[in-house]
Amino acid sequence: MTARVRVALPEHLRNLAKVGSEVELEVATPVTTAAILDALEERYPVLGGTVRDYGTHRRRAFVRFFACGEDVSHEPADAPVDEAVASGREPFLVVGATAGG
Amino acid sequence: MSAMEHVPKGAAMSGVRVLVGTRKGGFLLTADGKRDRWQVSGPHFPGWEIYHMKGSPAEPNRLYASQSSGWFGQVVQRSDDGGRTWEAVGNKFEYEGDAGTHQWYDGTQHPWAFARVWHFEPSLTDPDTVYAGVEDAALFRSTDGGANWQELPGLRKQPSGPHWQPGAGGMCLHTILLDPANPRRMYVAISAAGAFRSDDGGTTWRPINRGLRSQGIPDPDAEVGHCVHRIAMHPSRPGVLFMQKHWDVMRSDDAGDSWHEVSGNLPTDFGFPIDVHAHEPETIYVVPIKSDSEHYVMDGKLRVYRSRSGGNEWEALTRGLPQQDCYVNVLRDAMAVDSLDSCGIYFGTTGGQVYASADSGDSWAPIVRDLPAVLSVEVQTLA
Repeated sequence: MTARVRVALPEHLRNLAKVGSEVELEVATPVTTAAILDALEERYPVLGGTVRDYGTHRRRAFVRFFACGEDVSHEPADAPVDEAVASGREPFLVVGATAGG
Repeated sequence: MSAMEHVPKGAAMSGVRVLVGTRKGGFLLTADGKRDRWQVSGPHFPGWEIYHMKGSPAEPNRLYASQSSGWFGQVVQRSDDGGRTWEAVGNKFEYEGDAGTHQWYDGTQHPWAFARVWHFEPSLTDPDTVYAGVEDAALFRSTDGGANWQELPGLRKQPSGPHWQPGAGGMCLHTILLDPANPRRMYVAISAAGAFRSDDGGTTWRPINRGLRSQGIPDPDAEVGHCVHRIAMHPSRPGVLFMQKHWDVMRSDDAGDSWHEVSGNLPTDFGFPIDVHAHEPETIYVVPIKSDSEHYVMDGKLRVYRSRSGGNEWEALTRGLPQQDCYVNVLRDAMAVDSLDSCGIYFGTTGGQVYASADSGDSWAPIVRDLPAVLSVEVQTLA
């Protein structure tokens, strides 16, 4: 089973993947952060290593995840995301954190 | 050295392409052989740090670029049309086997962790083979045009590895020299570990730091721990090496087995870049800066120093360079030479200027004045 999920990317990753502000992905259910990122990297291999580390799958320090207005960066990667994201009504946001210069 | 450094003197030349990596993107500067009218292309990869771009000596339209970001990590870009278009290729740099540990600032052991690519060195003969010097210090190689990377672990795992420690800029492998006369021999330099040589194509390595003296190292004969900023060679004499160390300009006449100081009459011997004239193996260039804590040129004057005697006797080159109120630095990978008959010298500054000389350094003019801080400069001499 899969679900159709919308993912919004920051500008630098949109440029890298040559996509618009949102992409739509077929994501394995249950829809989790890890499943979304798996689908994102499979569809756009150029994004491998840019959101999370290759080996550990640890989120890069200055990347954050938001769903339905909530920062879910520290939620377990294998926890189901909000139903509004899982159903495609709301996008899953990958955000470059406000840090540095 | 330029990507076309082996083009013989006197060969037909049509121009140069200067590859400039900056804190916020890459730029390509092109001109014909006169080098007085420039076209500027960029920024490529805007907003990203471009630590280094370099072309293949075997196929000059094949370029490699290191694109990195504190947010999104490392990307490797490749061009097959001289930088008009780019393709992101492999960016998976995984240390071979157990990554192990190295010394940390506080003396404890710290896990080796990949941060970024500081330097690409394309093979002299194969456009698809390229070496990458990375932070934390290690050497990687791709033989498929950057799609896949394999570590050459013999460097990091030779006995001194656990004793290496980072300099202030991180523990980076920033210099890779390939011996054009001996494809089995290569050199690398690491801050702040020192210089290393392989005589078997990168399988095994040994430190080559005898003769280096570094403040703050209790043992004057320490095998590693020296903050080597840059090494340069002339392709016709690959056994003669020139080094800009944290302090001291050094020279080796025996492929790094021993070093002696050639700082001579330099006003300060602290600096980052060093390079060799394309046609005069004893003519070398440095850009001294005030000190380890004051990373800018002395007395507000931007001066390149040239020695025509392989060191010790230096002359200041100032014509066309700002001689008042200038407080920029020139980073280690930000100087290059072309191989046109009248050798061109290029360097970029932390203030965003790229200067060129078409007469071996006698006179200079800015190609561009207002780029982001320049991290690296390479030049290709295009036939």
